[in-house]
Amino acid sequence: MAFDLLLFYFFAAITVGGSLLVVAQRNPIYSVVSIVAAFCGLSGLYVLLEAPFVAVVQIIIYAGAILVLFLFTVMLLNASREDAAEWDRSHPYYRPGPTRVGVVLAVMLLGQLAWVVSRIPELQAGVGDAAPAASSVRLLGRVLFTDYMFAFEVTSILIIAAMVGAVVLAGKRGN
Amino acid sequence: MLETLMWPLRPPQNWWVAYATLVGVIFMALQISAAVMVYFERKVSAWMQQRYGPWLVGPAGVLQPIADIVKLFFKEELQPKAADKLLFSLAPIISVAACFVAFAPVPFGATTTFFGWLDEPLALQIADLNVGVLAFFAVSSLGVYGIVLAGWASNSKYSLLGGLRSSAQMISYELAYGMALATIVLLAGSMSFREIVDAQAGYYFGMIPRWNVFAVFPFGLVAFLLFFTAGVAETNRAPFDFPEAEQELVAGYHTEYSSMRFAMFFMAEYINMVTVSAVAVNLFLGGWHGPFLSPAYGWIWFLIKLAVLLFIYLWLRWTLPRVRYDQLMSLGWKVMLPLATVNLLVVAAGVLAFGL
Repeated sequence: MAFDLLLFYFFAAITVGGSLLVVAQRNPIYSVVSIVAAFCGLSGLYVLLEAPFVAVVQIIIYAGAILVLFLFTVMLLNASREDAAEWDRSHPYYRPGPTRVGVVLAVMLLGQLAWVVSRIPELQAGVGDAAPAASSVRLLGRVLFTDYMFAFEVTSILIIAAMVGAVVLAGKRGN
Repeated sequence: MLETLMWPLRPPQNWWVAYATLVGVIFMALQISAAVMVYFERKVSAWMQQRYGPWLVGPAGVLQPIADIVKLFFKEELQPKAADKLLFSLAPIISVAACFVAFAPVPFGATTTFFGWLDEPLALQIADLNVGVLAFFAVSSLGVYGIVLAGWASNSKYSLLGGLRSSAQMISYELAYGMALATIVLLAGSMSFREIVDAQAGYYFGMIPRWNVFAVFPFGLVAFLLFFTAGVAETNRAPFDFPEAEQELVAGYHTEYSSMRFAMFFMAEYINMVTVSAVAVNLFLGGWHGPFLSPAYGWIWFLIKLAVLLFIYLWLRWTLPRVRYDQLMSLGWKVMLPLATVNLLVVAAGVLAFGL
């Protein structure tokens, strides 16, 4: 048990550190690399939760496919280091409008996080009941195609719409 | 006196010591397999081109890879001035680490006590995961970062082009690769390598081995061909060796690398070949099952099958010319992906209807 706890802190440190590095430094390639590290840490946390399937799928889909495309794009655009714009260094009150909306959203997110953390003691009772469902692929597939059928189909329509949109946007320049 | 001399050969005291020894042996064996593959690559290419190949160092040149390694150790470690220092040194480490970790869920023999030498039986595998096939797929898909980051961090045109080509190629072929894996997972009803191999024991009609290549003929065979072709593309080997096409890109993503960093990329390429072949043997060719030998000797069958597949790898490289880049992309997206999808759907329908 103590070893599990040690592993938890190890993976949690990688996840949190990686996520912080994504936003805390200005080289876009480093951001992509650190988000890959964060996803690997997250996958380690899933293993500790006895959900190896979710852990492996996390790596295949996010680290193995989506972020390779991110890296590809950043390399092709040859994005250099982002330099702080003048408004970025000024007082938040003098920044342009969208930044203020972002501040409101950030405050809301912080509030939500605080609420979740404050509820942790209540939630501990139910932990562990859902573990077998997450580790058995057969069960996961059955639940996905019966109970969550609607959400599943809606998600696939959304993804197709996004794909068609990307093709339309990219195709315009060629004509 | 004799007892002292025999000390390294005495049986390990408990399971953990035996397991740690196994991990160490696999780690060393993978590194040695890279050296052996380099030797055979040179010998087989020489044989196919009616040359002698390496012959000077040791009998029939068998010590040539060791000479090469020693040479690489003493070379100067060069780094371009404009290179990204951190990622330039990180890239070869990612490549090598990914190719070693990818071998962890791959078994190569039945659980054995080595004829009572060990007290407890030991599985010839580092980690028996119940999602082993997916774990192998996940880790090998991380290997692309080593290549892409090497291409970018070198800050050189040839390297960048090699890295970009490599990522495009790996993304394109990963789909067909994954679908071929999914076909086998459907047939076996499991994602654990050990269970998939054990499901392939025995014979159809008492003569044809129950291997997945021959399962629901010809769909198993199609899946195997798709898997192996995509595997050649994933390991960047000829005829799909675009990321390092010598004639156009000098050496592709490792143009700027020298000494041991170059050796790490080189080793990663050869170990990836060994891993892909080992996975193909487990999933399609019945793993360690074979006639004439008791299961305790199964790893001999495994090594024979592995050697055959690795020879095919070399054979392909020295026979086929490199395909054109647009041909590579259209083969991946317009031929292999539809074929893999249809194959998967037919097998899935068969499993659903007849419970194969």
